[in-house]
Formats: sequence, C-alpha cells, structure tokens
Amino acid sequence: MLDGYLAGLENFLVAAYQTFEHDVLIIGAGGAGLRAAIEASAAGVTVGLVSKSLLGKAHTVMAEGGVAAAMGNVDDRDNWRVHFADTMRGGQYLNRPRMAELHAKEAPERVHELEAWGAVFDRTKDGRILQRNFGGHKYPRLAHVGDRTGLEMIRTLQDHGIHQGIDVHMEICILALLKEGDRVVGAFGYDRERGRFKIYRAKAVVLATGGIGKAYKITSNSWDCTGDGHSLAYHAGAELIDMEYVQFHPTGMVWPPSVRGMLVTEGVRGEGGILTNKEGKRFMFDFIPDNYKTQTADNEEEGWRYTQGDKNARRPPELLTRDHVARCIVREIKEGRGSPHGGVFLDISWIKQKISGGEEHIKRKLPSMYHQFKALGDIDITREPMEVGPTTHYIMGGIHVDADTQMSTVLGLFAAGECAAGINGANRLGGNSLSDLLVFGKRAGEYAAAFAKENSLGAIDQQQIEQVTRRALEPFERSANPQSEGPYQVQKHLQEVMQHDVGIVRREEEMQHALEEIGKLWERAGQVGITGTRDFNPGWHTALDLKHLLTVSEAITRSALERKESRGAQFRDDYPDKDDAFAKVNTIISRDAEGTMQTRLESIPEMPDYLKKVIEEMK
Amino acid sequence: MSAATFKIWRGDTKGGAFEDYTTEVSEGMVVLDAVHDIQSTQANDLACRWNCKAGKCGSCSAEVNGMPKLMCMARLSDLPLDKPITVEPIKAFPIVKDLITDVSWNFRVKKKIKKFKPRAPDAADGTWRMAQEDIDRVQEFRKCIECFLCQDVCHVLRDHRKHDEFIGPRFLIYVAALEMHPLDTENRIPELREAQGIGYCNITKCCTKVCPENIQITDNGIIPLKERVVDQYYDPVAKLLRRFGSKKNV
Repeated sequence: MLDGYLAGLENFLVAAYQTFEHDVLIIGAGGAGLRAAIEASAAGVTVGLVSKSLLGKAHTVMAEGGVAAAMGNVDDRDNWRVHFADTMRGGQYLNRPRMAELHAKEAPERVHELEAWGAVFDRTKDGRILQRNFGGHKYPRLAHVGDRTGLEMIRTLQDHGIHQGIDVHMEICILALLKEGDRVVGAFGYDRERGRFKIYRAKAVVLATGGIGKAYKITSNSWDCTGDGHSLAYHAGAELIDMEYVQFHPTGMVWPPSVRGMLVTEGVRGEGGILTNKEGKRFMFDFIPDNYKTQTADNEEEGWRYTQGDKNARRPPELLTRDHVARCIVREIKEGRGSPHGGVFLDISWIKQKISGGEEHIKRKLPSMYHQFKALGDIDITREPMEVGPTTHYIMGGIHVDADTQMSTVLGLFAAGECAAGINGANRLGGNSLSDLLVFGKRAGEYAAAFAKENSLGAIDQQQIEQVTRRALEPFERSANPQSEGPYQVQKHLQEVMQHDVGIVRREEEMQHALEEIGKLWERAGQVGITGTRDFNPGWHTALDLKHLLTVSEAITRSALERKESRGAQFRDDYPDKDDAFAKVNTIISRDAEGTMQTRLESIPEMPDYLKKVIEEMK
Repeated sequence: MSAATFKIWRGDTKGGAFEDYTTEVSEGMVVLDAVHDIQSTQANDLACRWNCKAGKCGSCSAEVNGMPKLMCMARLSDLPLDKPITVEPIKAFPIVKDLITDVSWNFRVKKKIKKFKPRAPDAADGTWRMAQEDIDRVQEFRKCIECFLCQDVCHVLRDHRKHDEFIGPRFLIYVAALEMHPLDTENRIPELREAQGIGYCNITKCCTKVCPENIQITDNGIIPLKERVVDQYYDPVAKLLRRFGSKKNV
C-alpha cells in the first residue's frame, strides 16, 4: 500500500511542480551571484540564476563608497601585502589568512575586468581608475563612482551577464536545499508572482544570498536580507562560523523616524567629514586604540591633510575601523553628549572653510548623500551637519567555506559574498565586501562548474519536497483561526529582541533572554495565519522568511554567548576586554542529528611563515 | 499624530478597484511606509515591490495622485492629506496584482541591444586611460536605477502601446551610454533607427520630468542620438563633407 501511495505521490509531484535542470544553480543575483554565474557559464556548463527580486535590484545596489583593490593608482606604495595586512588588522586576526591573501592579491584584476565589461569608474588626472580613502585602509584604495559604486558594479555584471547564456529565474524564493545522501543536488522554492512551487535540480549549488540585516529593527539592509543562504546551508548540514560578528555601521540616518538606519556612506568621512558631539567636540581624538596609534593623526590639521592626499600625513580618527567608531558614537550618546534625535553630528559642510567651491565639491563627490538628506530629511549637507548613529549593516559571519574553492562543509554546496565567511574576521573594512564578492564570486563559479563537470544530477527526495510544501501552505489554513497572528507581528518582535538584546553592546542575561524569546518566536512563527491567495502575497512571503530570520538570529545569539570577551564587532559589557583564550579561535555553529543548534570553538588555521612576515613588515 | 486616507488599487488581470485604507502619519513618512503599515495591520496580501527603501534600487514605482513616483521617495508632507491619496500601479505594463506590473518586457528589450565592445587596451599595463571629462556624460546615464518611470510616462508606450517598435526612454539612454562610452567600438545606429524606433520620440520630455535620478534623458541622451541617426542616414551635406571636406569648410 505504501508503495502505491509513493508512486501516486511521485506522479502527483511530477505534475504539480515545474522542474528545471542546470549544471550549476546559483541562488542570489547580487554581485557575488552574478559574478559566479558569469564564471560558471564561461567554464562551459549550463547555469541557472535564481533571484528573490527583479534582476539588478539586489542589495549590492546600495553599496556606496567603493571597491577595495590595491592598484596603487593614487599612492604607488600600495600593494597586496599592505591590503592583506590592513584586512587582517581590521579583522583582529580572526580572519582566515588564506582568504585574506587571495582577496588582496586578486581584487585588482577583478576590478580591471569590470572596466573591460563596461564599468565607468571615476578617473585620476592621468586617466586611470581613481581611488579614495576609507576606514582602516592605509592608502587610498577604493575604486568608486561618486557614492553609487554598488549600482555601477551590479549593472555592469548584469549587463554583461545577460549575454552569457545564463538562465535567470526572477522573483523566486528558495525554501530548502535538496540532498541525496551527503551531497546537495538542488533546491526547492516558489515563484512570488503566482506562488507555484519549483524544483531546481543541479550538480552544484552556489549560495550568494547576502546578509541578515532584517533580523534587526534598525538596519541599512533591504527587505530581502533575511539570511536565506545562512539558513538554507545550516539546515542542509553545513557549518556556519563567526556568527557573533555583526557589523553595525557607525553612520546611519537617525531622523526622521521613517528613514532611521538608512546608510550614510563612510565616503563622507573619507572626503573630510568629521564627527562631533553636541558640545562641538571632535570626540574621536579621545580614544585611539593602541594598535592604530602609529597610523592615526593626533591633530586635526594632519587629519585634514590626509583626506586631501598628503602622503606624509596619517589618517584622522574618524577613519578608524567601523566597530570602533560605532562604539565611540554609542558612548557619546549614552553619556549625554548626543544630538537632538539620539545620534551625533557628521559634518562635511565645514570643508568649505578649507577649499574654495566647497559646495560644488561636496555635491560632486557625494551626490547620493546630498540628494538623500535633501529629499528625505530636509537637510542641505553642504550647509549643515547630518545627524547619524549606528545601523545594522553587514554580517562578517556566515557559511564556513574552503578558502580556494568556496565549497562549504557539505559536498556540492558552495557559497560566496556576504553569506560566506572567513575573509573579514571580527570586523570588515569598508570596501572589502565589493571586492570580496568579485574575488570569491568568481572562485565559487569556477569551482562549482568544475564540480558539476565531475558529477551527475542526483535523485530528488520526494518526501522532503512533500514535507516542505505542506509546511509552506499551512499559514493559509490557519487564517480562519481567530487565535492566529500575522507574520509581520512575529517579525517585528524578533527585530526588537535582536536590536535590544544582541546589539552593539551585549551581556549574558540579555542574550539568554533573547534565546528564550527566540524559542517562543519559533512557536509563534509556526502558528501564523495568512489571508488572501498564493498570488503575490507579501504576508505569505514574510511568513516563509521567518524560518530563515529565526535561524540566523539564534546562530548570532549562541555564538555571541560562546565568545566571552570583547573583540572587533563583538563588545560585551560583562567581558569588556580581549581574552587570549579567544584570540585564535572561530565559533562554529552546526546542526546535530536531532536538529538542535550546536556551538563550538575551533582553532584558526596557522598562518604560513610568508604571511606572518608580511604582517610583521607592516606593523 | 494625524491620520491619512489612501485609495489603493487592488486587483489583478481580471480587473480591480480602489479600496480605502486609513493609517497614522508620523514625521518624515513616505508613501511606501503607509503601504507597509497597511500590509502589516490591514491587508497582508497587498502586493507591492520594494527593496532598498532609499531611492537606489528602483523597485517601488507607482502612480501617487496620478504622478509616476518612487513610493520610497514620495513624502506625505509634500501631499495634500485633507483628501485621500491615490496609489495605483504604473500603466505602461500589464498588471500582475495590486501595485505590481509585469515589467519583463524591459529585460527582454535590453538583451537585444548590442553589448559593450571595448577597443584593445592602450596602456602598457593592459588597461585603458580615460579622462574624467570624457566620461561625465556616460556616468550621468549610468545613474539610471531602472525604475521604468520614464517608460511609464512615455506616451508611445503608455498610450500607443508601441512596445514592439519602440524601446522607450530607458533603453535609449542605455544605448546612449554605450554609444558615448569612450572605449566602445560598436555601431548601434542602424538598429536605433529601425527596430528600436527612435523616430517615435517627439521630444515631449515627459521622461525627463519624472526621472528620480534627474538624468537629462531627452536633452543629453535622446536628442544627440537622433542627431547621430540623421548624420548617418539623412544628411547629404554632412555626407559630402565627410567625403571631400577639408578643415576649412567643416
């Protein structure tokens, strides 16, 4: 009888689900996904690219400041060694050294490649790609296009990619990865437009789903940054690392309330913008960490000269790493020296005292910022200071991957970009994410294609598909139940818990409280009800995203509890200092046989001698 | 806190109607905030696209009180709140549901435009040299966020439905960015004149008026492209000058 049932079910499934076959399936069509798709396609395999939004709308468009690559166009002292050392120092040496090395070495070539595909970067006087200063980078290193570098990059990759024979599936959300034994053999999801389920069979799968910002209330991230890739990988048995490391960008808008969290690029500070408190004091000079003392200006004049290209000047403290600047801002606000709406002041208008034509200069260098504040906040940044405060921006943690191939701990499953981890360690330098997604997007595409060539399509587990389908449709059945609540309420509560309990400043009791709340939210997420049909129903989509959001929130909280010290982006009130016991370990999250989340510490791979030497030389 | 009423178009391919919703208004609020508020408390199935909510991705295009706008940049303080605010989908493309239209035509059009084809690198290091002044114009066009508001307001598409013969302002600007790219070597003028239908544009500049990136679509993009078409096909004097002309009479 069971056999008959299964045969019937199989027929039903074949009829009910549209099935696609690709050699390589790429989930996520931001910078990393597009770059991976281009590379895989160039290797001669068939490629499917699944995008949660329309093509070209991914969160990469939001990147403003630039892409970090040691081309040395503005300062010829720059090279991969300096970039590597800067990245490791910024990451507090929790980075995977091999990834930081590959990234620093390959970024320049990846940027030049974009130019060959039509990207139009700002130029130096002698016609080369212009590079700007950014926090934590010793020399001007960020290739950029005003303050819309991400748009330029995604559009270039998109416009190049559409001619490479890639099959693009737009507005598809993935619910689960499909496995045969130990290997990933595809993915299962639905189209947002009609709510129809789809099976994507593939010989290799690349996750390039970006970040998790929507787990927090105040964030610079888009609606789709719900940690899908982190969660899909975890539930498929892959390991996550460094999940405690969430980057709170120091400068998000704080007023008006409807734009709270919207990003204000670090480029403002790179162009000479200064941070002040309500007393008008440049507070960043008050606390310069020891490991950056020799590189940082100790007076305002020197800092200004640095931003204007004086090679003998050291950088101003506003351009210290993001984790540090964010904490200094929180301190000013907590101690009562903040701005009227609970931030601090970021002032670029002051440079008019220093250079003639300052107003036009600001508009030219920071056009999006000028427009954003003018249109949404009634502020003219060429005349008055902005009010800014920290906003959830990026996760350094993510899927544990092999540095060279980007394969996760599960066979056939690769990851690149923000959802993968290892390059950034405890803190990411601005500009390193755009270069990360190029360098490792390319590598993921290359090695996924190679894997696909050596493997065939796997079998699809019908029971898994039936189970996922049933769960996905349950919210509709509960809509008649007056006890059921909507998905938005659960999402909002989770965002408040994470914001309050697992934010910039963390402590044991609060995070334990967060874990309890997350436990309750898991139950509530399993009870939400939806009205309407399966046709483009945002409430339903939100209900299905909750699993991903809850998974990453739990992983962040458990990892943060495990690291009983303060280092990089993790600051714990109850353990305010660095502890040597945690200096050379990553936290690892994995799922045990019972489906429970497990945390452990693992030693970082030993750095080879030639890289140790580079670090020594750059001290 | 005051309240505002929104008349939002609800429906699908089979038809639809405006429905009224009331929300609280807070400082700095934009139309997209109101739509989200309505989604989370009154109508979880109200469909709208959005991504960045910062005017950078071009997903949340709609018509607010009849004007094509990004909902994330349409502030309530700029609208008369004593009357209901109407929010409806853009009109140049087929409806999917509520505020969502099927914009896939745009992606198909782009794919048909000949891609960027650079000349060989000219510098010893295998890269190119370009002067900033030579790329300013191209950079202006590349600010486009593909919100398709210009397509929506273009009467050739919106009223005359010439989707098979005309690519619309968005893609004229896209062609302009390629044609004016200092490194590009491709010639796209013949298609521009034929299949892409540049002649349909009669320079009413409606596209320029609604562009959220303030790209001078007509003046800086379409008109120079029209001139290139004329130069290549219709101007006998220019043809003669090109053939026989000297510096003196050019």
